[in-house]
Amino acid sequence: MPEPAVLISGLEMQYGAKRAVDGLSMQVDRGSITAVLGPNGAGKTTTLETCEGYRRPQAGTVRVLGLDPHRQRSALLPRIGVMLQAGGAWSGVRAMEMLDHIAALHAHPLDTAMLNDRLGLADCGRTPYRRLSGGQQQRLGLAMALVGRPELVFVDEPTAGMDPQARRTTWELLEEIRADGVTVVLTTHHMDEAERLADQIHIIDRGRLIASGSPTDLTSGGRSATIRLVVTRPFPDGAPESLRSELGHEAEVTQLDDRSMLITGPADGGTLGTVSRWCEMHDVLPESLTLGRATLEDVFLSLTGRELAG
Amino acid sequence: MSTFTPRPGAAPLVQQVAAQARMEARLMLRNGEQLLLAIVIPVIVLVGGVLAADRLGLDLSGHDPVDVLTPGVLALAVMSTAFTSLAIATGFERRYGVIKRLGSSPLPRHGLLLGKVLALLNVVVLQLVVLVVAGLVLGWRPSLEDPLVSVGSVLLAVATGTWAFAALGLFVAGVLRAEATLAVANLVYLLLMAGGGVVLPTSAYGAAAGPISWLPSAALGDAMRAALVDTRLDGTAIAILLGWGVLATFLTARTFRWE
Repeated sequence: MPEPAVLISGLEMQYGAKRAVDGLSMQVDRGSITAVLGPNGAGKTTTLETCEGYRRPQAGTVRVLGLDPHRQRSALLPRIGVMLQAGGAWSGVRAMEMLDHIAALHAHPLDTAMLNDRLGLADCGRTPYRRLSGGQQQRLGLAMALVGRPELVFVDEPTAGMDPQARRTTWELLEEIRADGVTVVLTTHHMDEAERLADQIHIIDRGRLIASGSPTDLTSGGRSATIRLVVTRPFPDGAPESLRSELGHEAEVTQLDDRSMLITGPADGGTLGTVSRWCEMHDVLPESLTLGRATLEDVFLSLTGRELAG
Repeated sequence: MSTFTPRPGAAPLVQQVAAQARMEARLMLRNGEQLLLAIVIPVIVLVGGVLAADRLGLDLSGHDPVDVLTPGVLALAVMSTAFTSLAIATGFERRYGVIKRLGSSPLPRHGLLLGKVLALLNVVVLQLVVLVVAGLVLGWRPSLEDPLVSVGSVLLAVATGTWAFAALGLFVAGVLRAEATLAVANLVYLLLMAGGGVVLPTSAYGAAAGPISWLPSAALGDAMRAALVDTRLDGTAIAILLGWGVLATFLTARTFRWE
């Protein structure tokens, strides 16, 4: 068993009064795509930047490819690729020129024309960076992360600002580099991105790891359903407890606010029937009662009581 | 072997530094404002100064104005690139995350700094060539008594002057935001050009000559004039430049933030 690509244990990072990362532990296996999923401000970028050697852990340990990213930075940097969330190029530099420059810092870079072409940047190779669209800047950022033929790439919100076609191209490229043996760690707050790409998902909220697993594990393989119940008047006191006892131990009930609840349970007609009967019994008038296959969004919601995106 | 099969590794440091220096020099020369600062303004100052001196009958201790003004304008050119251009470029590199991006590349920080210095010297040499030609066209006759002393003194003045001004420029860029750096670097340049003893000898400033001669601008101007007008090494001026270099390097090392 080779050592993991990334091993974080008990990481703590604090800025002033704000605890950005709060005792985080997680592992990334080699050759996988691992998604770090969480809302904005959850500590995803801070965690990534600690792995990249930009920040020194205040407590806990971080090992990347077996190295300490802070103390063994010069040994680590040639082996990893980093895509920043934004920026990273001179405003007047041409796209191709920038990529060629990063390539020149590596010993065995990829063919930059091929890479530009693969990312749909062939047409804007001579365009100054400041005139590239947000999506084009993102793709150039990804190209810069890959050009040095790294073992491991960290990509921070890789498809933010991309149109749907560019997102698909990017996803296909990330799947291809995984197939070629590159480990990918990506942060995202898009469920569809994590569900489509990731072998392993770590859900982070308020600097803590709240769930880990494959997309199928986390959503119980689609065997569980979620019901979103929105009512016209605030729920009576003790409503979640009462509904929970009605549904039995297989279901989970999370009150989202005074007029909505999220119910996760077995995907059969029984759950929906029970919820609807409970409403009738307690004189609660549903405004809407929606049933769906459990998604990562629901998983996050039931773990934290808050929406993931936004 | 598939397309993306990992094959990581850093290029040899020499290759990395050369790539960085080429890139930075290219960007400096491509930027319109920087070119204005590097070439156009010094040429205008030289031509304008020579014409004005002729008309106003400016007394330059019996020397032909072009002989005194050309060394001063060479000093001005060094100052514009080493201080103003470097400060502005570095300020915006911090702002745009370029330094951060390079911070996760194999290029080490000393390599980045070395690349910057080489790019800077590259541009300075280019400026000096253009301005020397412009001066010669205007009738400049540098002192040829002892070319070895003159050239040696010029090289020493340019090296220490570049160091002092580059360290000051990095100090400004490291502590201020990009816009503030832009404003301060341009303002300081204009003030020093007008009253800093760089283009005109400090003796032209009357009673203010004493304090002005301690400025790095005056020291660089005096050192260049001593070398090219009087064929001598101005040890005091070089010492002043070294002092500024040490002070600014210390301040920069203490305060510079890469991000």
